[in-house]
Amino acid sequence: MTAGLALAVSACGGGGADTAAPAASASSAQLNPNADLSKQSLTISVWDGYTPKELAAEVKDKLKTDLKVTLHDTNEAIMAKLTGGADTGLDVAFVSGQYAQALNEAGLLEPLHPELIPNLANLYPEAKELSYDKGNVFSVPYTWGTTGICYRTDLMKTAPTSWNDLLDPPAEAVKKVTMMTTERWLALPAIKALGYSVNTKNDEEIAKVKAKLLEAKPKLLGYDDTTFGDKLKSGEAVMVEAWDGWCPTTEENIKFAVPKEGSDLWVDTMVVLKSSKNKEAAHAFINYILDPKVHGWAAENILYKVPNKAAMDAMNPELKAANAPLQMSPSDLLKGESIIDLGEDSLKFTKLATEVAAQQ
Amino acid sequence: MTRSTTSGASVRSRARRSRALGRLVFLGPGLTYLIVLLLIPLALLIGFTVFRRGRFGGVVYELTGENFTRLLDPLYLDVVIGSLKLAAIATLIALLVGYPTAYLIAQLPRKWKTIALVAVVLPFWTNFLVRIYAWIVLLSGPGLVNSTLMDLGLIDKPLELLYNQGTIVTGLVYSYLPLMVLPLYAAIEKLDPQLREASANLGAGPVRTFASVTLPLTLPGVFTGCLFVFVPSFGNFIIPELLGGGRSIMVGNLIRDQFLKARDWPFGSTLALALLAVLIVLLLLQAWSARRA
Repeated sequence: MTAGLALAVSACGGGGADTAAPAASASSAQLNPNADLSKQSLTISVWDGYTPKELAAEVKDKLKTDLKVTLHDTNEAIMAKLTGGADTGLDVAFVSGQYAQALNEAGLLEPLHPELIPNLANLYPEAKELSYDKGNVFSVPYTWGTTGICYRTDLMKTAPTSWNDLLDPPAEAVKKVTMMTTERWLALPAIKALGYSVNTKNDEEIAKVKAKLLEAKPKLLGYDDTTFGDKLKSGEAVMVEAWDGWCPTTEENIKFAVPKEGSDLWVDTMVVLKSSKNKEAAHAFINYILDPKVHGWAAENILYKVPNKAAMDAMNPELKAANAPLQMSPSDLLKGESIIDLGEDSLKFTKLATEVAAQQ
Repeated sequence: MTRSTTSGASVRSRARRSRALGRLVFLGPGLTYLIVLLLIPLALLIGFTVFRRGRFGGVVYELTGENFTRLLDPLYLDVVIGSLKLAAIATLIALLVGYPTAYLIAQLPRKWKTIALVAVVLPFWTNFLVRIYAWIVLLSGPGLVNSTLMDLGLIDKPLELLYNQGTIVTGLVYSYLPLMVLPLYAAIEKLDPQLREASANLGAGPVRTFASVTLPLTLPGVFTGCLFVFVPSFGNFIIPELLGGGRSIMVGNLIRDQFLKARDWPFGSTLALALLAVLIVLLLLQAWSARRA
């Protein structure tokens, strides 16, 4: 599990919120439902460890299509590749929701042909209500989850219930708290503690968020997106901001809590590139992933919730019982506010993160 | 006469051509390497600095001077000044530790000299990241240093040894100390022992001899060593991230973040160019000091 999680660094992203779902890009060419897939080949880009190692062989076996798996480390890296203007040769990319939204707005995505993805029926109804892409017009969710506080029950006198517990930790946790360093999640605890939207673009609100983050900084151990689970296990940290799937709740004395002020909903999605020359195979690939047995791999191996009802129902109950975040229902998840793409305003968060890091 | 001149000229021109060809054959691989891996990327980097970031990242080819005015934003200036400060402190400490080390090695018998020099270079044979992580294992709250001190009863709760600027400086000094010792050793080794003897014979004590003879004559080595430590320290981004716990950033982190997080290639390029400008000035100073020596 750890390897899978570590490799899937920064896989998490988020879906859209209250902005109107962008219109699907211009209507696409007709696709042939009976296309000979053995004549098509696929290149996908995904986070390392995010799909089974045998994926290419299995796809070849089931769909008769050659599959080449390329990897990206971060959403930013794949965005740079896809928006760079050159033909990437990619057919399907795994990106977080707000990035799928940005790609669609940039006109780079193929509107999906639901008739070629019958397994969409396996998704929870909630997974079709993601505000950045209502009705799965251009993206299909692969995993989803939320962000909260992961903590040591034996080293904390009282369980944290609020983002303020993280920002202004009790005596036993001072200098033993980590927050995330990726900008939107760095800001999340302060934003939610102040009661703002995770997608705020308001300068005054962002200034208050910055003040709160700077106030919290001296009481923190550090900012960490990757090894917070290890820090918690070793006792170096007693409370960390964490993505649900990354909180090592299988360990005795480690629990995950979503603070009362609420949190986000992040979604990692699959999208088909408009530039793809193998669109039938791309749709067949997504349909194959949505097969409960295939999709269940992500839940059982990376311990991220998958928005596939059939896959979650078929999951090993012991695994589910041992990992509390896996028990969160889709409706609970949907209470979280989706992180959406802020366009030019996203630079405000980049600057905020630099300001917080630069402050001594 | 005319004929022979003509023929002589043609022989000379043939010889020139073949010399030029020979040069090209030898220079070719090196030149290609420089052009493909240095000049073209550098030209792209400089080119990006005058354009805008696209709405979704990428580069929009509209001319703007905005990236350069942003450089003057106190936020980024502070990061640059902070990095200069940390790199300078690390360089100074490396010099203070490195000089006596190099001096001692230079005095050792030949056999021990080789062993000592190998010991200095030895850390470079281990992966850089592994060595940095080793510091985390040593210095973290439940780490070796704290647990030993606690076992000995010297402290009751772990000291905060990690995730501060002091740890960043420690990491920088540790990583780049060999780059200080080697040029210093080369400079001290070259020093004629008779000069020191002469100084002593003329009545100068060890301190005076060091200040008036040894140090001035090894100054080029000092400058080279300082440059070798300062340059990678100034642009480093792994050490502040791992040993600083993300609590401090240096200009290297800032540049990386522009490319990998903000998707702002134009501004990242501008920052990188500014960093390069600082380093070129330092290199020129070093070349100047070497020439004077």
